[in-house]
This record gives sequence, structure tokens and C-alpha cells, in this order.
Amino acid sequence: MIESNSVYAGLAGSSASLPKNPGSGPDGPIESAIEASMCAQPSLGESSLGWLESRGNWSRRNFIKGIIASGVAVSGVPYLASAASRPALQAGAVERLISLNVNGQTRRVDVLPNETLAMTLRYKLGLTGTKLGCDRAECGACTVLIDGVTHYSCSTLTQRVRGKEIQTVEGLESASGELHPVQQAFIDELGPQCGFCTPGQVMAAVGLLMENPDPTREEARQAMAGNICRCGNYDHYLNGIMRAAREV
Amino acid sequence: MLNDMMSHFELYQPADVDNAFDLLDRFGEECWTIAGGHDSLAWFKDRGKQPSAVIDLAGIAELHGIRETAGGIELGAMTTLTEVERHPVIQERFSILADAARMVASPQIRNSGTLGGNVLQDTRCWYYRFGLACYRAGGNTCYASAPEAMNREHAIFGASRCVAVTPSDPAPALVALGADMVIRNSGGERVVPASEFFMTPAVDIQRMTGLEPADLLTTIRIPDTWAGANFYFEKVADRGSWDFPLVNVAAALRIEGDRISDASIVVGGVQAVPRRLTAVEDLLRGRVQNEETAAMAGAAAVEGAEPLRYNHFKVPLMENLVKRAVRDA
Repeated sequence: MIESNSVYAGLAGSSASLPKNPGSGPDGPIESAIEASMCAQPSLGESSLGWLESRGNWSRRNFIKGIIASGVAVSGVPYLASAASRPALQAGAVERLISLNVNGQTRRVDVLPNETLAMTLRYKLGLTGTKLGCDRAECGACTVLIDGVTHYSCSTLTQRVRGKEIQTVEGLESASGELHPVQQAFIDELGPQCGFCTPGQVMAAVGLLMENPDPTREEARQAMAGNICRCGNYDHYLNGIMRAAREV
Repeated sequence: MLNDMMSHFELYQPADVDNAFDLLDRFGEECWTIAGGHDSLAWFKDRGKQPSAVIDLAGIAELHGIRETAGGIELGAMTTLTEVERHPVIQERFSILADAARMVASPQIRNSGTLGGNVLQDTRCWYYRFGLACYRAGGNTCYASAPEAMNREHAIFGASRCVAVTPSDPAPALVALGADMVIRNSGGERVVPASEFFMTPAVDIQRMTGLEPADLLTTIRIPDTWAGANFYFEKVADRGSWDFPLVNVAAALRIEGDRISDASIVVGGVQAVPRRLTAVEDLLRGRVQNEETAAMAGAAAVEGAEPLRYNHFKVPLMENLVKRAVRDA
């Protein structure tokens, strides 16, 4: 599950083999990413124009694909270009190629200075169990444990967690494939409805039980206050925590 | 999610304050200092601020931790709100600060958000946060006080072109406790009382505090003046968690016999700075702590309030909070 197959991870991996001399030339992976993005642009334009011209081919799926793709082309290019066009690394600034300890494994990864942990986990390490809901530290879907303490990974710079132990929902399962008691209890108590907030709820609950193995319902409520569930299944999650606390 | 991508910056992680001052002097106004990062990253994602260099203070050991000193306690500015909330000495002697820290946002934010970052955060007026060129952003109008503006959360006191309010819960508690803010830069150190640290728009409309670009808030000192006093902290917000205060109140009372010998009462969310109620404090000294005194204090607290179109409710809300604080502290 931890093995990554995303293109981003491939991109990160390729930079590991580059000579580590920031002043010597352009950043290979970034440039190729820009090329890919530039090449993609005209064809995306065509596809969305094609959609406009032939109403017969109209479909919701194509419309959404067009919107998403054009958004990527418009907003992604300047972002990548700004990273590539900068001169040599400023003296004293952080290195991009770093090691992260994720779920007990050391992972080498190419991390931008302005990259959040949620981005790194999802798009470079392929750990998409960590969800991005609001990306503004409001919803809790991106909750992970850093040195055993709950944090919003959308609002944590990845460069800040070098040398710390990061645990995501993918790391909870035991080696034999058994679910963590909190995961099992959430299933038993019908915690997830749509399930989008669930990984965050699980991590917040695991963080709570590590610190306070026998919480009262009120303590659990306080500890879960940073995780929003838009299905409104709060009581089921609380039941799950109380069940897990009994069983741990 | 790409529209949430921050623009590029170089990140610096100094290991000590001198290194941080070198960086601050080197980059001047182009740099941004980040503590817990919640206020900062929101600005960056919205492209409201686009610094070319960001200085991350997390690695500076001397900015962390809570120490007992001869005359009180010292908190490093990078101490997290969770640490403030759970520290036994703060809970015992300055419980008002622990209570205030506990009311901030959500557990995850308190685990990384810092005391220094909380008191230095920018105002949450959404017209300003949206990136409009208002007075506070260097423009020439206030969108929040326009006739049709939504200004339910804005100021009822001390508006001067700008009607934004302080968003902090710990700040009123720190002012009530008579805390001192220790500010350092490459030239040296200065100590500013918390009551003078925050900036009204009449003095400087583009800043919330007296911190200059090359300065670091390193330490917050709390004197023993109010240690173990009768405290009261209450916050009213639209949601029970993760919300900024509509109004909050921090009060410390000294009671001798049945009379109030001294009082310190500060209200947040009603003005750009935590509003110290000196007139109410003067009124309270020597009076019996009862319902009648409390009602009088509440009425006196809101004298001179100037509500906007949608925030009249803050007047009775503040009155009742001050009343409860005086009655129940």
C-alpha cells in the first residue's frame, strides 16, 4: 500500500539521481513538468472547444474534465515556472531533497519550500488516505500524527517535519493486516457515511487514545472538535471512540 | 487544489535568534516570519501575501517553553497553545490564561499554534482578508462600514476609518494579567506592556501591533501581580469550536472580605485592540461583589459604544459578559 505509483512520486524519484549541485543548471524534473504542462495546454483547449462546437457530444463528464484540465493549465504553469526560473538556491535556505519518516519508513522525497505535508503525502508519496477537504485548517480531514500529536497536514510545511515521526491512516493497520481498534470500532458503530472525513476522524481518535486511553465522552468530544463531518455522524464516531477505548 | 498553491518562497530555518536577526536584516520587508503557520499559510494560499523569503522560527530552542522566574513566569513566544493550556503553574496561578488558550480554535491548531503567533495574528475582517484595497491594506476606503456591508463581527468601539477587531482569545487575558512583551531585534531588546503592544487604527491603520518588520517577539512575561486572583474568562462565538470570538472577556478580581479591592477587566472582539475597561475597574474598587455591582459594571462597560449596522447585538452581549465576569469571578 505504501509503494507509490503516482507520476509525482516518479518525478520526485528522478530528481534523486540528479547531481546535487543547485547552481549548475536548471531543475530537470521541474522543467519537464512544465513541458508536460505546456504540451497539455493546446490539446486541453481543443477538447474544451470541441465540446462547445459539438453540442451533440455534450456530457457532464467531458464538461467537468474540461474545466478541471483548463484550471490546471492556467494555475499550474505560473506556479511551476516561478520555481524553475529562480536562480541558485539562496545561501542558507532549506534543501529540497530530504528524508521523511512516514509510518516507520524512511522516504527520500523532493520537497518544495512552500509545500504542505498533505501535498507531499498525497502527491509525492502516494499516501492518499490523508484527505484534503478545505486546505485551510478548518475541517480536519487532513489530520495526521506528528510525533504522536495531531496536526493538520494541510497547514504544516513539510520542511518542518524533517526528523519527526509522521503517522498517517495507512500506517495504522498491523503487519498481519488487522485494523487498528479505532478503525474497527468506527466500522462497528457505523461511523463513516460518505467516509471523506473518516481518515481524519480516525487519526484524531488515535491521537486522543494515545494520550488518554480512557477518556470520558466529554473529553472525546473536546478532542474531536477539530474534525468536521458534513454527514453529521458525530455521535457514531463518539460511540466508536468509547468502544475502542474499552477494547484497547 | 492548485488554486490553493502558495507562490514560491525560499524557506530559512534558523537555529538561534541571532541567525534569525541576520535573516531579518538581510531580507527586510521581503521576508515573513512564521510561527505556528496558521495565519501565515492562509495568507500565502490566498496570495494575499507573497514574501520571497520565509523564516521559520520552530527550530529556535530559546523561543520555546515556560519558565518560572523570581517575579512570575516567562513564556517563550513559540510555546504552543496546548502547552500553555496544560502547564500546571499556569493552571494553578494564572488559570485565566489556560482558559483562554483552551478556547482557541481546535485541538490540532492548538497543538501547533503558538502563543506569540496568536497575539500577532492579523485581523479576520473578511473584506481585508479577501484582498480588497481597504484602508488597512493601503487603500482609501473601508468596505466593512459601507451602508450595505456585512459587519456583524466588527468593532463597536474605537473605529477610526477601519472597523476590524482583534481576533485573539489569549490577548485579553495577557492584558488583564499585566503581561510584558519582550521584543528583540539585532540592535537590542525592549519591553512593552501588553496594554500598549496592540495598535489602534488611529495610531497605525496597517498594523495590529507595535512589532516592527525587523523585530521578533521572543518572550511574554507574566508578573505575579495577579497570581491566584479570582479569574473569569468567557468567549462567545457562533460555533462551539474553531471560531473567532464575537466577544470575549477576561477578568481578574482581588477580593478582601466581601469587597473588591482591585480589578482588571479586558474585552476582546469589540475593538482593534483588547479593550481594557479602566473606568469600570475604578468603579469596582471598594464595592461589594454582588448582582447589583455586576449590573452596574456591565452598564458602565458599554457606555459610548458605537455599533455598526449589523453588530448592535454586541452591546448587550458585552454588557452581560462583563456583568457575569464581575459577579462570578
